[in-house]
Amino acid sequence: MTTQTLIGVRYKETQMKILVGYKRVVDYNVRIQVKPDGTGVVTDGVKLSANPFDDIALEEALRLREKGVAEEVIVVGIGPADLTAHLRNGLAMGANRAIHVVTSDTVQPLTAARAFLKLVEKEQPGLVILGKQAIDDDANQTGQMLAALWNRPQATFASKVEIADGKATVTREVDAGLEVIETQLPAVITTDLRLNEPRFIKLPDIMKAKSKPIDTIEFASLGVDAHDQLKTTHYAAPPKRSKGVMVKDAAELVATLKQKGLL
Amino acid sequence: MSKILVIAEHLDGKLNSSTARAVSAAAAVKPEAIDVLVLSNNAAAIAAEAAKIDGISRVLTIERPENAHPLAAVLAPQIAKAAAGYSHVFAPSTTFGKDLAPRVAALLGVAQVSDVMSVDGGHTFKRPIYAGNAIITVEADPSQAVVATIRTASWATAASGSNNAPVEALNLDVTLPTHTRFVELKQGKSDRPDLQSANKVVSGGRGVGSKENFEIIYKFADKIGAAVGASRAAVDAGYVPNEMQVGQTGKIIAPELYIAIGISGAIQHLTGIKDAGTIVAINKDAEAPIFEVADVGLVGDLFKLIPELEQAIG
Repeated sequence: MTTQTLIGVRYKETQMKILVGYKRVVDYNVRIQVKPDGTGVVTDGVKLSANPFDDIALEEALRLREKGVAEEVIVVGIGPADLTAHLRNGLAMGANRAIHVVTSDTVQPLTAARAFLKLVEKEQPGLVILGKQAIDDDANQTGQMLAALWNRPQATFASKVEIADGKATVTREVDAGLEVIETQLPAVITTDLRLNEPRFIKLPDIMKAKSKPIDTIEFASLGVDAHDQLKTTHYAAPPKRSKGVMVKDAAELVATLKQKGLL
Repeated sequence: MSKILVIAEHLDGKLNSSTARAVSAAAAVKPEAIDVLVLSNNAAAIAAEAAKIDGISRVLTIERPENAHPLAAVLAPQIAKAAAGYSHVFAPSTTFGKDLAPRVAALLGVAQVSDVMSVDGGHTFKRPIYAGNAIITVEADPSQAVVATIRTASWATAASGSNNAPVEALNLDVTLPTHTRFVELKQGKSDRPDLQSANKVVSGGRGVGSKENFEIIYKFADKIGAAVGASRAAVDAGYVPNEMQVGQTGKIIAPELYIAIGISGAIQHLTGIKDAGTIVAINKDAEAPIFEVADVGLVGDLFKLIPELEQAIG
């Protein structure tokens, strides 16, 4: 490779945009209650926060920008009009700008991936970083679906990301251990818990975020098929485990387990 | 009538037991046929193992050098093509299936049902949301193929041994991407039982205190022939590697006996063990939430209690 092409690659990287999915979900500390009539879970008056995996995605994008690997970080939210305050948090954390795709409907993963693809075509990012799953529907699908529709690489469940020479080297948390893969850019990365620890938002950053731009796009204007393909017909509370017994010492515990045939 | 394609998971030339669990879920749909698809660079031994699983009609193989490692971007287009004529494509809800299945679903242009816990009909399934704090019933569009991942802890492994299904090689004309390259897999080598499929599991949490102290957990597990797991707190603190994490974002397991030692019982951990047969909790804090789900609880100092347990077991 000639020096010129190397410089060319580096130049391109410093111009790179990173698109970050930034979903608002019921806060992870909230104890979820299923409505008695089975039509949903109680969300009225419940605290909402950024999906924890999406905070990790945003943090990783900001670190790549701080390293000079990327130039611009854009947070994307899909949701109702009041999502603006949530996107302002992403801007306060450090994103350059936000895109708000406005819809009052529930958006399932395939629909979200199709919407992201439209934004990807417009913004031409070098990386899209999403949380591996949202802690509300726990689907774990959107990143993989976007990568498929975009016909680009995917590196899911990332615990380490290195970008150099137009490639991403990603360590992935898999059942067998840690898998390392190398992908060309652009690519989709989904974050696992140990990728980083997101920074806290400081007060001056909240003030600064007020002047950062949020582009608003009506979902309908994207031309995406949005009919829900999975119908949720019923919500139920999980079966409860019956109350157990307390034993007084090690000998009684062993006796109890032997009696059950477990030791 | 339905026909189901089950994607085989394998590593180092051996079939993963998650495959036989996905077959159990497929059988619950009562289909006309269940075929298992093995994608590998060397499929024969894996296919022979799969052919023994009860209820399998055929084992299909796609043998290509590109299939040496389970890269979703490489496997998905082959599966999408092989899926023609099938009403359902099932994969286990392990990191392998979670990575791969949505890519297949998107190529087919269909929604995916994640983490199927029970089958209520050919297109109706139950699955957990909010870390298992709610169970929803979902209906997939009957006019489309169903792509689903199967929550392995909810399904027993299909019996194996009496079947001898035919093995057929598939030759598909699919151009594969070259944009993704496998570099390496770093595995913790262990002679202990596999955490995902073990009958007994002993897990340690933050209360264990250090990487060195975790030896106590390993020793006790070896004494009773158990696999070893850990809470997220213990993994985050660096006591043990990530593949030992049990919980919402780690492994979801269903052993007959689960012993949680020095684990407080955060919701995300409980999500990973709620299908266990008997849960035992040992913790010095009598108020720890783990005692709310434990079948048998013992309050006390683990460093004192574990030697006493070993002695009592004999």
